[in-house]
Amino acid sequence: MKNPPALYLEADTITPDTFAGKTAAQIAELPVFEGNTASTLGRYFEIAGNAGTTAADTKIIVKGDVKKVKYLGMKMSAGEMVIEGSADQYVGAWMTGGKLLAKGNVEAFAATAMKGGELIIEGNAGNYLGAAYRGDWRGMSGGKILVKGNAGSDIGMYMTGGEMVINGNVDVHLMTHAEGGKTIVKGNAPSKVGGQMVDGTIFIFGSIDTMMPGFKPNGEVELEVEGVKATFAHYIGDMGERHKKKKGAIVYANLYKKI
Amino acid sequence: MSEYIIKNGNVFDPVQGIKGDKKDIAIKDGKIADKVSSSAKVIDAKGMTVMAGAVEIHAHIAGPKVNLGRIYRPEDKLFTCTPTKGMERMGGGASIPTTFKTGYEYAKMGYTTAMEAAMPPMFSRHVHEEIRDTPIIDEGAFPVFGNNWFVLEYLKNHEIENTAAYIAWMLRVTKGYAVKVVNPGGTEAWAWGLNCLSVNDPVPYFDITPAEIVKGLIEANEYLGLPHSMHIHPNNLGNPGCYQTTLDTLKLAEGMKANNKFGRESVMHLTHSQFHSYKGTNWGDFESGAKEITDYVNKNKNITIDTGNVTLDETTTMTADGPFEHHLTGLNNLKWANCDVELETAAGVVPYIYSPNISVCAIQWAIGMEIPLMMKDPMRCYITTDHPNAGPFTRYPRVIKWLMSKKARDTQVNAFKHKDKVLSQTSIGSLDKELSLYELAQMTRAGPAKTLGLGGMCGGLKPGMDADIAVYNFNPDKPVADPEDIEKAFSRCAYTFKSGVEVVRNGEIVSLGNKRTLWVNVKVNDNPQVMRDINEKFLKYYSMTQNNYEALGHHFVPNPYALEVDATRV
Repeated sequence: MKNPPALYLEADTITPDTFAGKTAAQIAELPVFEGNTASTLGRYFEIAGNAGTTAADTKIIVKGDVKKVKYLGMKMSAGEMVIEGSADQYVGAWMTGGKLLAKGNVEAFAATAMKGGELIIEGNAGNYLGAAYRGDWRGMSGGKILVKGNAGSDIGMYMTGGEMVINGNVDVHLMTHAEGGKTIVKGNAPSKVGGQMVDGTIFIFGSIDTMMPGFKPNGEVELEVEGVKATFAHYIGDMGERHKKKKGAIVYANLYKKI
Repeated sequence: MSEYIIKNGNVFDPVQGIKGDKKDIAIKDGKIADKVSSSAKVIDAKGMTVMAGAVEIHAHIAGPKVNLGRIYRPEDKLFTCTPTKGMERMGGGASIPTTFKTGYEYAKMGYTTAMEAAMPPMFSRHVHEEIRDTPIIDEGAFPVFGNNWFVLEYLKNHEIENTAAYIAWMLRVTKGYAVKVVNPGGTEAWAWGLNCLSVNDPVPYFDITPAEIVKGLIEANEYLGLPHSMHIHPNNLGNPGCYQTTLDTLKLAEGMKANNKFGRESVMHLTHSQFHSYKGTNWGDFESGAKEITDYVNKNKNITIDTGNVTLDETTTMTADGPFEHHLTGLNNLKWANCDVELETAAGVVPYIYSPNISVCAIQWAIGMEIPLMMKDPMRCYITTDHPNAGPFTRYPRVIKWLMSKKARDTQVNAFKHKDKVLSQTSIGSLDKELSLYELAQMTRAGPAKTLGLGGMCGGLKPGMDADIAVYNFNPDKPVADPEDIEKAFSRCAYTFKSGVEVVRNGEIVSLGNKRTLWVNVKVNDNPQVMRDINEKFLKYYSMTQNNYEALGHHFVPNPYALEVDATRV
């Protein structure tokens, strides 16, 4: 970043897929919007080096203050990307493969509808991490997310597959409406954990201030999760929601809270 | 105004019986002319297909439930938005396009007139604001009457003249075009959480049956001599076995004769017939009733239909059949919006994915193909998708490809996961017929225009008619190498003219023209009783005053075109 924008940049062209096969000069010509003004990447970024021939061969390191840059790594399918600072919304949204590392924090809507690949956030993640796009019922379906800090509210909404690990705490509304997938929270969750969940798994190592009334106690179980062996209180739910059947047996979502 | 001459095109015009002759079409002062001067702009349509602009007889493109669909489906606009460019304002939406995009997309496919299928009268002002904001194409809207308290009360006592006076009043204050009936009686029952699934189920409180409602409205329609016939979405839509309810509904037209000065010959238009042609008893033994329905309609020539083709897309269902939408959300567990439940109607909106991997969806697609291929008179069967219910209207070129190419149909059938079931439950495998361009023109231009009572004005290329013309990059003299070429050609016109103005050139919008709002102005004898009933109900039941109810003035209807009807009696 050489010329931080006054407004926000819509930088969905900054991905290994879009850079693949291009020289630095060609990358500088890629389009970017600042607000509603069309521009090119070269106006805001110094570009050094050339991309690989394919996305898989391409590694991008984004340096400088990108706190107002949205859509970094959007729809990437292969390759590597490192964001050295903090970024704005929609980091790695709709990604299907590759490795994306954000060393700082990310704002809301990161990993929207993720299908595959690996996203690591060393700082904090905002709201709606790994959630479905607004209005959609098809959320994250594959891939892995690791947040070393805390995450916001509404994470994993409508999740159907894949895995999220949050080392810190989460805010309200975890895996709302989920139909699959797995989320492990090593810290605490305040409330609205697993609301309207139909299938999928949640592990909470820390505390839950208020349990959803639709989750029914189902005994205790000894499990090893993320290298930790412990006893977990097992709950099934959301009892207020519809229930699927697999091979004649009723399927519930599973919530495990470490005792 | 500009003069044009479209030269050397292959012309298909059922109004004049022209079946592909190479003919010049002259345009002068907004109309098709016998000839033009030497200063006319020449358009070379050599090797191209020339037809009148297409006429959409039934689509949900303007109004509160359409907009509710737009509002509650941001994901329908994800990656489908286009910024302002050239003549086009920004637009978006795959299954529920925004109003500007709606006008552009219709015009680019050669459509020049469209009818909004269901207008809730209390929100006619909203419908007209959206019609005003839909560029290029002329539009009308059908107010719904089949669940209206006045209609239910008058028809219980078979008061046809009063019903007719009320219809005339309603068409005037809502700037409406025709008598639309949706799930007669059942949508009023929905206000109580109930429904009417057969033509003999009485409506709660009003104690009148759907059969009585439908027959009464046909009689009132013909008493008035309206340009279009009664237009009906029958009871029991979408349920296996519903074909019987459809036949019961069609039989209500037996013996009825069309009365009007607009050239219309039918008394009942059955809409989105695909959804009403289901045999079987459940989704497991679900099969096609297309043969039963088309056999009946083929024999009974006072009925017209439109297809309601499934396009195998993710789309959005929206209908005034409120109870049906509640049933659908129970089937697919997707988000449901319920609205418009006032004195006059109801509505529901639910997304739906017609997946080629689901046998039910594949059979629905096949039924949509069977119906137009089994109808003997293309002037009585029109192509629609009941947009957006069975698919977006932007898929018309794909539907045309399937109907014109057995090879394309076979490719689709072979791609179905449950191909065997599709072949056993429908007759699609044995249907070899391929629509000709002339039949296509009958089903998308001349036919719908005639049944709408617009046959003198549009749907054909006879001198004196409006210069609404579509020119396609499709050469009828060359054999079709790849069916995809059909879809490509009908997706983007080489030229579209609307009222003599060139609006599309090479698939791009070049002018917005001056679209009109079509409505029907009926003169009836003074009817003090009906006027008193209206005043009384407004005082007792309506949440607004009569002054605020009417769609009046330039804001709502900036460029009206009224079809005048004199239904006064001595």
